[in-house]
Amino acid sequence: MAATSSGTATVTLPTDRQILITREFDAPRHLVYKAWTTPELVKRWWHANRGRVTIAEIDLRVGGAWRYVSVTESGVEVAFHGEYREIVPNMRIVSTEVYEGIPDAEQHAALNTLTLTERDGRTLLTVLVEHPTKEGRDAHINSGMEPGMQDALDLLEQVAVSLG
Amino acid sequence: MARAATTADAFNAVAEPRRRQILDILAGGERPVNDLVGLTGLAQPQVSRHLRVLREVGAVDVRDEGRQRLYRINGQALKPIHDWVAAYERSWSERFEQLDAVLEELQAQEVDDGSDE
Repeated sequence: MAATSSGTATVTLPTDRQILITREFDAPRHLVYKAWTTPELVKRWWHANRGRVTIAEIDLRVGGAWRYVSVTESGVEVAFHGEYREIVPNMRIVSTEVYEGIPDAEQHAALNTLTLTERDGRTLLTVLVEHPTKEGRDAHINSGMEPGMQDALDLLEQVAVSLG
Repeated sequence: MARAATTADAFNAVAEPRRRQILDILAGGERPVNDLVGLTGLAQPQVSRHLRVLREVGAVDVRDEGRQRLYRINGQALKPIHDWVAAYERSWSERFEQLDAVLEELQAQEVDDGSDE
């Protein structure tokens, strides 16, 4: 695999429509949940070192909305919003995610599933991002079981190595 | 149902599972069409059609050797896909590093508060 030391996120593409992000945290899950769902705390990590978060709004109930806006150091505004579909405190949040920077943004909303699992005081966090793209859906229908994407990722890794 | 034209970019080229399979095979080395037909179990016209799409986006190159046409992978053409995934990974890794700092502080606060949740 790529040089992902412990403590960094891993990103895989389990299917054509999915992105799976996984990471362990050295904290109990109620704190990870708190950091994930409290606007003032979200402002401190969502920026990903690419500027600052100017807006973090969270209406944490089923049907409630969220919206995060960041401004990069070069002044570009990057905004996401969505709606909460399912909430199990400290364990699981299902919500939509719309990237406001693309045409017909609402139609391209992804569905995100956050899960938190605690073991020995540490928390395994996973975010499954499911996109509604046609290519993915068609490939799914046409191909039955589909180990191809894993192979494609292996391939990408080789590509990455070859570019290094 | 009408077939939509395949847009000429790497993402569309690898959206089709058979084309990914062909790329996977070519990642192991240069191959003539007949090998690809044998290894994929597809008919030659289908393999040729997929190869044409892959060539259009530059994902494979071809050369003639004697009476054979040999296909090989061109990793550079797939770089946009790699970059896209890598950007995703980078931004989340960086977010999570900030989240680590927030969590450390929250844990310290709990100890201070004597909270035993």
